[in-house]
Amino acid sequence: MRQHAFGRLLMKIFVAVFLFYMLMPLVIMGGAALNNSRFPSIYPWVGFTGRWFEDLWADTRMWTAIRNTLLVALSVVALAVPIGTAAAILINGIDARARGFLYGVMIAPILTPGVVIGISTLLFWNAFNAPAGLWLSVLGQVSFIAAYVMLLVLARLQSFDPLLEEAALDLGASHTQVMRRIVVPHLYPAIGAGALIAFFQSVENFNVTLFTKGNSDTLTVYVFSKTRSGITPTINALALSLIALTVIGAIVYEITRRRAERRAMEEAAAAAAAEDADLAAAGPLATPAAA
Amino acid sequence: MTALLRRYGRGLTIAILGLTAFWLLALVVLPYFIMFRYSFRPYLPVDQLGGPNDVYTLGNYATFFSSPRTIQLFGWAFDIPIHVQIFVLTVFYSCVVTVICLVAAYPLAYFLAKMAAPRNAPTLFIVLLIPLWVSEVLRSFAWFIILSFQGPLNTSLIGLGLIARPVRWLTGFNGVVVGLVYTYVLFMLFPIYNAIQSLDSNQIEAAQDLGSPTWRTHWRVVIPHSKPGIASGCVMVFMLSAGSILVPTLLASTTSRWFTEIVQQWMFESQDWNTGSAYAFLLLLICVLFVSLMMRLFKVRLADIAK
Repeated sequence: MRQHAFGRLLMKIFVAVFLFYMLMPLVIMGGAALNNSRFPSIYPWVGFTGRWFEDLWADTRMWTAIRNTLLVALSVVALAVPIGTAAAILINGIDARARGFLYGVMIAPILTPGVVIGISTLLFWNAFNAPAGLWLSVLGQVSFIAAYVMLLVLARLQSFDPLLEEAALDLGASHTQVMRRIVVPHLYPAIGAGALIAFFQSVENFNVTLFTKGNSDTLTVYVFSKTRSGITPTINALALSLIALTVIGAIVYEITRRRAERRAMEEAAAAAAAEDADLAAAGPLATPAAA
Repeated sequence: MTALLRRYGRGLTIAILGLTAFWLLALVVLPYFIMFRYSFRPYLPVDQLGGPNDVYTLGNYATFFSSPRTIQLFGWAFDIPIHVQIFVLTVFYSCVVTVICLVAAYPLAYFLAKMAAPRNAPTLFIVLLIPLWVSEVLRSFAWFIILSFQGPLNTSLIGLGLIARPVRWLTGFNGVVVGLVYTYVLFMLFPIYNAIQSLDSNQIEAAQDLGSPTWRTHWRVVIPHSKPGIASGCVMVFMLSAGSILVPTLLASTTSRWFTEIVQQWMFESQDWNTGSAYAFLLLLICVLFVSLMMRLFKVRLADIAK
């Protein structure tokens, strides 16, 4: 038993060290944004400054890159969600032999290095005289992001009862009505999650975009080029802004979650109290423990 | 197919088939095929394309085995083509990264799934997710700052009296491994967590009640159950590492080159898309081999890995 408690303690130390390891780099990177030093570091600490944020704000190339990133991400969502959903419905509705093969082809892009996807997209569309650019980045990203959407929707489809479709058809609904009123509403949570994942995967993407982007910039590519050329703490200002956004998002989410949890617990407690009151009202025999 | 027609009618079935066909043909299969074809053709000036010199050749793959360099290994001198050496080192260090991530993530995944109070686990998850939301390039850049010669790591270690003078951390593959582990360890954590979570805690308690020591409980009960998660995590981390361009470019030294950087050079600096394709194909090949190996080793199916 003592050994067990010792094991738990070791485990807690391990978790603490791991959390420190994950978060410490972010603190150092964010801290450098406020340091009045020409190089991005927190040591030596020269003094507090806001000038890196002013530089960042005035950087028009970055704003263009952010705009491009959002445009690409929204286009990726617009393409990947219908494609992924259609693919999931297709694979769910065909017989088992074809399914295995098709499934393999569909998830291959997830298991392919981004470099390979980028190069193959570039070469393929080049054959049709489509030059490299943001549109090519969209197509390259969709090729593997659609697979994520497909997996999410497919998981959701497994809890769908096809008898509902049959019943609706028997009652005279058209195929479009069945799709719009029965299948798609059932898939909403998965489609929503798919859209979210598609968006963030697109924003994060580097490898595919690097090979297909042509002369345009997205945010990741821009930051990358910045880290290689003139290193100033402007990037740290950008990093600190992103970290702040993330942390705020996390805190809001956590508060909402805790509140929902507490409400659920209060409701459970209220229900239990009501039950006790009912039992007490039923007479002393019903609550022997109270005696 | 008839089942689809009956369920969704002709119009919707055509739309479903059309979207999927566009994806798989125009975005996946044909581009891979074109790349494969490119890799067997010589790099020619535009006016010679389609001419007598435009033939299928293994020349691009021969480039991979050319320009040997002598290296010393265990006191023996070897002649090894420089690109082969970089390729082997990339694969080797990707494996090192995968193993480190596995060793670090497994206990944490177990803690989150089975030991943490159910109330606290979600909070821990959110905290762990924060670095993931902050862009990959910025995460690598953070380590560039930390590991630099006059950076915070050297300063604190000297301050603690652990080292006497600054250490040059960014030599060889140190920086690359540190950066890759930090960037991808969470891709190992989540699949293993999912797998362990689906294990019935009663099984662990039963093993303990029967007197099994902790290590044997893990070896005989937890690990066999979480095999799909482990395989999935290994595949993800290996492929992300081997295919990474960001981390190696930021954190490598002059002596440590990554295979993806060579691919990128062929594509953009030499503008030789044919040799670039051949090299990209080799990268794809090693990833396919690794996935097959993991599937064999852990006896899992492709569907388990892609979860």
